[in-house]
Amino acid sequence: MSSHSTVSLKDQILNGIIKENTIFKLALSLCPSIAVTNNLKNGVFMGGAVLFVQVMVNMTISLMRNVIHPKVRLPIFMLVISGWVTVTQMLMAAFAPDVYAKVGLYIALIVAFASILARAEMFASKNSFLPSMADGLGMGIGFLFALTTISFFRELVGKGSLWGFPIIDTKPVLLLILPAGGFFAVGILMAGFNWINARAAAKAAAKAKAALATR
Amino acid sequence: MEATKKEHELIVSVSPHVKSEETTSRIMWTVSLALLPAFLSGVYFFGLKALFIMALCVLSSVIFEALYLKVVNKKSVIGDGSGFVTGLLLGMNMPASLWSFSPFTVHVPIIASFVAVVITKQLFGGLGYNVFNPALIGRAFALISWPRAMTIWMAPTASVLAMDAKTTATPLGILKEAGMSELIKVFGDKVSLYEHLLTGNRAGSIGETSAIALLIGGLFLLYKKYITWHIPVSFLGTAALIAWVFGQKGALFAGDPLIHLFSGGMMLGALFMATDYVTSPSVRKAQLIFGAGCGALTMLIRLKGGFPEGVMFAILIMNCFAPLLDRGFRSKVFGAVKTAKEIKK
Repeated sequence: MSSHSTVSLKDQILNGIIKENTIFKLALSLCPSIAVTNNLKNGVFMGGAVLFVQVMVNMTISLMRNVIHPKVRLPIFMLVISGWVTVTQMLMAAFAPDVYAKVGLYIALIVAFASILARAEMFASKNSFLPSMADGLGMGIGFLFALTTISFFRELVGKGSLWGFPIIDTKPVLLLILPAGGFFAVGILMAGFNWINARAAAKAAAKAKAALATR
Repeated sequence: MEATKKEHELIVSVSPHVKSEETTSRIMWTVSLALLPAFLSGVYFFGLKALFIMALCVLSSVIFEALYLKVVNKKSVIGDGSGFVTGLLLGMNMPASLWSFSPFTVHVPIIASFVAVVITKQLFGGLGYNVFNPALIGRAFALISWPRAMTIWMAPTASVLAMDAKTTATPLGILKEAGMSELIKVFGDKVSLYEHLLTGNRAGSIGETSAIALLIGGLFLLYKKYITWHIPVSFLGTAALIAWVFGQKGALFAGDPLIHLFSGGMMLGALFMATDYVTSPSVRKAQLIFGAGCGALTMLIRLKGGFPEGVMFAILIMNCFAPLLDRGFRSKVFGAVKTAKEIKK
């Protein structure tokens, strides 16, 4: 067993949301985070799809980890991932066809997401069922959180609406729902996320120091 | 006693050791002075609205810069005047019609100033580190975000105090939509068209219309050696050449280069925007290519693109290549040893 098994499940989930957030920290999978986030609905559905695939893949790989020959592990991982992506695609096409029409292409592209293959290779293939599920949940929720924040910001500022309902009545900043504005939005939110984290870390460090001093 | 002590004090510092009277703030205020003729012509032709827009841009640029520096605990550099110049250039690149309360468009210059100073300049590390010309990014942001408001052009007003003016198309807009013969018809004849373009008595952004006022400012900067001829001449030369060769539809070598040189933001761009120290190359040969690239892209957008005017996008695109061009044309270091690869050649 690897060293990961000593980490509690809660920490394993939080790791994917904050410390190794796919978009804001690792800066992976930026293509969908810019392409599909021009409205909240698309962003949430895309994030949800990734969350589902990530959890399912991690669970499947973790269960299969003792029967996969190391030499063929990557093709097997890809097969498992594409299998679950196909399931997601079919579910979405059946239950949310209007969203699927817009983000369908990017759902198919989940197969090629670095973050999903990386978690299968680095984590699920070396850890038991529950930690792998927690890891998948954390990474997926982190991704969903990032996509929701980005698309919330872009739709509100760029179109003045949320989930399709008009909210602000003035002329919005049109640039933000255009592709170029996606870079602006991701950059600004990434900076904000890291700024808040850095401040929290500094506060925690100061607290630890104070606790040490009083002892 | 105090004075002699100071005189003999030794200053220990890293190179460069050359001492000069030139400081960033001195350069910035000289550039502002060079912009004065264009500023005055803008106020003369577009009235108080133009003055208000430029004042709003300058004020918000300076205030946003001060606020940002305060938030991140950096030393205030407001005195160096670069925020002032950015705001002024941004204001000169906006239509005067933005000063309007119904429909409300006064927020456009304010947000554009924020994008210019905070996002384009400070977030990249402040003056000297920005990749793109801040004023132009501010304008591009505004143009793409509020395409309607940014393209309502006021006709020049008869009196400075007039707050109402009818809107009209810019000469380049007419050229794009209706063609050359229509453009000449609007202004009467060709001589009158040139006259309007040179003096600035035409629709357009506040500071771009008067070719003469901009040329006076540009020549002043050349005389003070704050800019060199390389970028403006290659910029305008390439644009004129392309306008002459391809300017006329259906016939080669029949276009009118003067109309293209004196209309739109060509003069303002070539003399004041493309020559920005930070975002243009500093090697002379690279500057020639940089200017030629700006001119060629401008004419490509004007003749074949969807926008009637392309100076802004051309300069922004070439801004990306400035470091690459500088590296490609780096001068040989005196006394440097040749590498094995160079000897083989």
